Amino acid sequence: MITVQELTKRYARNTAVDHISFEVEKGQIVGFLGPNGAGKTTTMRMLTCFLPPTSGGAKVAGFDVLEEPLEVKRRIGYLPEMPPLYPEMRTAEYLMFVGKIKGLRGAELAKRVDYVLGRCAIADVQDKVLGKLSKGYRQRVGLAQAIIHNPDVLILDEPTAGLDPKQINETRDLIRGLAGDHTIILSTHILSEVEQTCQQVIIINKGKLVATDSVSNLRHRARGAGSVLVEVAGRNGALDPAVVKRRLEQVPGVSRVLFKETRDSRAVFEVEGQSARAIHGDLARAIVESGWDLNELRTAAVSLEEIFLQLTSAGEEKMDSNPDSAAEVDAVAEKAKG
Amino acid sequence: MRNVWIICRKELRSYFVSPIAYILLAMFGIVFGFFFWNAVGYFVYAGIEAQMRGGMFPMNVNEQVIRPLVSNVSVIGLFLIPMITMRLFAEEKRSGTIELLVTSPIRDVEVILGKWLAAMILYSGMLLLTALNFAWLFRYGNPDWKPLAIAYLGLLLQAGALLAIGTFISTLTRNQIIAGAVTFGVCLLLWVLEWVSDYDSTPVARVLAYLSVLAHFETFAKGLLSLKDAAFYVTAIFLGLFLTARSMESLRWRS
Repeated sequence: MITVQELTKRYARNTAVDHISFEVEKGQIVGFLGPNGAGKTTTMRMLTCFLPPTSGGAKVAGFDVLEEPLEVKRRIGYLPEMPPLYPEMRTAEYLMFVGKIKGLRGAELAKRVDYVLGRCAIADVQDKVLGKLSKGYRQRVGLAQAIIHNPDVLILDEPTAGLDPKQINETRDLIRGLAGDHTIILSTHILSEVEQTCQQVIIINKGKLVATDSVSNLRHRARGAGSVLVEVAGRNGALDPAVVKRRLEQVPGVSRVLFKETRDSRAVFEVEGQSARAIHGDLARAIVESGWDLNELRTAAVSLEEIFLQLTSAGEEKMDSNPDSAAEVDAVAEKAKG
Repeated sequence: MRNVWIICRKELRSYFVSPIAYILLAMFGIVFGFFFWNAVGYFVYAGIEAQMRGGMFPMNVNEQVIRPLVSNVSVIGLFLIPMITMRLFAEEKRSGTIELLVTSPIRDVEVILGKWLAAMILYSGMLLLTALNFAWLFRYGNPDWKPLAIAYLGLLLQAGALLAIGTFISTLTRNQIIAGAVTFGVCLLLWVLEWVSDYDSTPVARVLAYLSVLAHFETFAKGLLSLKDAAFYVTAIFLGLFLTARSMESLRWRS
């Protein structure tokens, strides 16, 4: 549905987007992830024909953004970072206006306005002036204007920025619900958002593509690199961490035990195994059989946050390399392990 | 063409939903009303005086009331036009709605024409107020309507040119005050450029005088249809709208 090839945007002094290539298939939700200033908005603006690329190109629904911008615009719904609302208009009137400039007419227009009012749960404010709406409603009206002409592709720039947790959840549900009919690219710098809403993730940093992978792959890698956190307590007040450490090292499957901290008669260890999940039972048994109490035992997965941070800082170290995404993620996982 | 009308309707609505349109219309109505009252009062006074002296001064409503008044309208217009155009693009840029317009399947030229047309319609609304005043002249006097119609055509052409320039200036900034102030400065300059012709006739002075929008209005005020002056205004309209289009395009390269 979307093909981006060597897309580049250079300004006088800096390169905002540097030879980015990726593809998005129909019906997918793709998370566009990167720290602030990574080039997310610039890339999206090029996809929506707001900015022309310096070099390279992009195709949306088979149409080139430079050669047939009108056709591309007809098939794209775009929600900029700041919802493009006219403060003096009323909600329904605004949606009518947007519908018209998107090419809808007559009965179809009325039908679509009704549909998006319901879909985005803004029917109760349809006669309110946009300037007086709360942030959550403004964002939903913004989404409504993006989907009014039933576009193939939806491009959402930080759709949950500045919302409260309840509104964030509602917005995410709404976006997930739209997935079947539309191909969606959403940008964010919040990782959990990608985890919750997207199937595919594209990570960029400083204008360069750092990784593209499916969210489940990333998460799987993160988990595989995980270790087990164990908190052990002595039964009668005294506990020698060194003894516990030696005992834990003897558990089959354990490759390494790290002593983390001790408090009163409790001690916390980080245990790494060849395969994290299989050692839980053996660890528990070993501790209890040695006469200690097991206070806590949990998988300390490397969070996507850590992977993300390492990917983006790794990108800084070797700016010139063209990282193969899978290998890169593996390398990070290795790093997290050792 | 349909898109032009959609944009135009939206702009007109913003004018009339906010106080802008009402304030402009009211201010213009009051100022022009005073000019009108003044002009008619003086005309009546001159008429009585002529009668008392028993002289036969040729009294002519067209020449002595309508002609100076339409010139006044064109000057008042210079002051009000910046207030009409300053928000056209500056506001869209500030609120981010320009992104909606530019990423919608409509052409830049449709957006520009729609906005300019809305500004023209608001200005025509102001001319309508003057027509209400002039209607009294037709009620109690017997002026010729043709010179007045030509004067109106001239006013519309002149306003079209200045509105097009104002629209262009509005694309250059996201601050309405700046857009308004610069437009006002340019309008004022285009008005006074003509003064150099009073004492100088070098080629430079002739060019400057030619650029003065007010100089080209004189024939229209007299009730003469001059193709040369009409062509000047039409060219200025095209130039202003063309620059607007270029500027809107460059927004994308620069932003």
